[in-house]
Amino acid sequence: MRKSFIGQNPSILIFLLCLAAFTLAVSLLAEGFGIGVLSTSFIKTLGKTLCLCLVAIAMDLIWGYCGILSLGHFAFFGLGGYMIGMWLMYARTEIIVQNALAQGDIPPTAQEVIDGIGSQIFGVVGSSDFPVIWVFADSLVLQLLLVLVVPGVLALVFGWLAFRSRVAGVYLSILTQAMTLALALYLFQNDSGLRGNNGLSGLQNLPGVTAPQSVVSMWFFWASALALGAGYLVSAWVISGKFGSVIRGIRDNEARVRFLGYPVETFKLMLFTLTAMIAAIAGALYYPQAGIINPAEIAPIASIYLAVWVAIGGRGRLYGAVLGAAFVSLVSTWFTGGQAPDINLGFYTVQWVDWWQVILGISFVLVTLFAPKGIGGLFDLLKRESRS
Amino acid sequence: MSQMNTLLEVSGVSVSFDGFKAINNLSFQIGPAELRAVIGPNGAGKTTFMDIVTGKTRPDEGRVLFGEKSVSLLAMSEAKIAQAGVGRKFQKPTVFEEQSVHENLMMALKAPRVWWSVLTFRPEAPDMARVQELADQVGLRDQLDRIAGELSHGQKQWLEIGMLLAQEPRLLLVDEPAAGMTPEEREHTTDLLVEAAKTRAVVVVEHDMEFVRRLNCKVTVLHEGSVLAEGGLDHVTANPDVIDVYLGR
Repeated sequence: MRKSFIGQNPSILIFLLCLAAFTLAVSLLAEGFGIGVLSTSFIKTLGKTLCLCLVAIAMDLIWGYCGILSLGHFAFFGLGGYMIGMWLMYARTEIIVQNALAQGDIPPTAQEVIDGIGSQIFGVVGSSDFPVIWVFADSLVLQLLLVLVVPGVLALVFGWLAFRSRVAGVYLSILTQAMTLALALYLFQNDSGLRGNNGLSGLQNLPGVTAPQSVVSMWFFWASALALGAGYLVSAWVISGKFGSVIRGIRDNEARVRFLGYPVETFKLMLFTLTAMIAAIAGALYYPQAGIINPAEIAPIASIYLAVWVAIGGRGRLYGAVLGAAFVSLVSTWFTGGQAPDINLGFYTVQWVDWWQVILGISFVLVTLFAPKGIGGLFDLLKRESRS
Repeated sequence: MSQMNTLLEVSGVSVSFDGFKAINNLSFQIGPAELRAVIGPNGAGKTTFMDIVTGKTRPDEGRVLFGEKSVSLLAMSEAKIAQAGVGRKFQKPTVFEEQSVHENLMMALKAPRVWWSVLTFRPEAPDMARVQELADQVGLRDQLDRIAGELSHGQKQWLEIGMLLAQEPRLLLVDEPAAGMTPEEREHTTDLLVEAAKTRAVVVVEHDMEFVRRLNCKVTVLHEGSVLAEGGLDHVTANPDVIDVYLGR
């Protein structure tokens, strides 16, 4: 018998300890329960970053380990956000409408309440009827289930069609881009049932919760840290054993795996679906911290960024994906958030909001060409140093 | 019933690519414990023949039947055919270079191939012993923890043969196993194949006559997609048609 999978991969334990230490430190420094050095909005940024790290792990599983460059995983991320957003919006509007109607002389009927919620939510797209897809929106449990089911089923159907036809390589990447673009365009329509380009908003307000945002933000931060730790553990387990061998084999030589008797298509499909669901969980935790989700979130470029994070962090190692997502998205927030001072060259002003994209693009090219192992590759160097 | 002595029966198989008949009305049989060499000039259809048996290429016509129950392999996927007991070794050594010898062998080891079984699979003592035994057999006992990509060319060939044996196939298709090997490595490879053929059918596609002579088995000569001659090596090399194809142009 060999050692348990954590024994074989000490990096798992190290990662979980780092995550725990980080979470504790942030909790102590935050406004909600700590000394208040970190602002609530910064806590939200950190919480969102943890969610991005989680979706990057999903991307690393499917791309770094299995070699499938999916450029559509942000569609699953966004769908997860929409699913939880529906309940958040419905439940909060329900309370508002009930309070408003309670002012009247006669108690409102159930139908009046529902009509009120409908016109509150859908007035912005010129409607007041609930679309069919909102049928479970009043139930938190069912909407939470849908966070997994809707992206899972979409991935299952899409993957089944694509893998069964043996679409692979760059063609599959294009197909996944088409999927996320089609979904975004559909959601942009007012009659999509999800409020078109307005998206779902006010998601930071938990229905029935009176705690201030400084406290709620900590809840979500902890939940995100927990999800990241659990996601890391599950992913590490999936890739640790023979399943991991097979999917890495598929990445390196698909035909050989097939002649070993493994149904390659099914393995790809299962991993694709699993990673879609991990992405959806990350999205469901991200958008309540962002406060708003709209179709622009799942534009094709978002999924490409995801690939860039993983490439810069280091493909084929889970902590690489986490480092890449955390590093690049935080730096990106700094540059695009207006915190980076513009540089006036006299004849031209360098505005980082625009030029950040150029830097990101160049670093992606440089990493791909000269450091294919990304930031994670630095750890290999350290390991070699310490051995010699 | 002759099927008792036949593991694989290929009959009347033809396939053409863009009008070119790669395989033309080919028929071939092999018994359950037999070593067979398939020789033939370039373009004779040797690799296409293997592609058809392993499900990579679908023939235009003909039958391919396997096992006592004579199941047709034609409707099965590559993975299903492999699970039914057909193993294939490619011409170029194809092992998983980023993984250790141990992982390569463990992946090939006969076990359920369904995804959930693979996901929950954790090696038990018998599996570890079997991997050890296979590594012994192919002479890689000391290399188990090495990354396969670091092995020499010959060692990779053996690792691949070891992986094939790990699958416990009933029929082994081996494409030019001796290519690029040193004389000592060839000898070891010959022993491995002869040993393997005691309990299963082994088809060796080979260019090298010296190697075929050493295998000391029945030979099938392919030419332009069909069987030109069959029999002992001395018998077929004495055949005027074979001499024509090999020498007389």
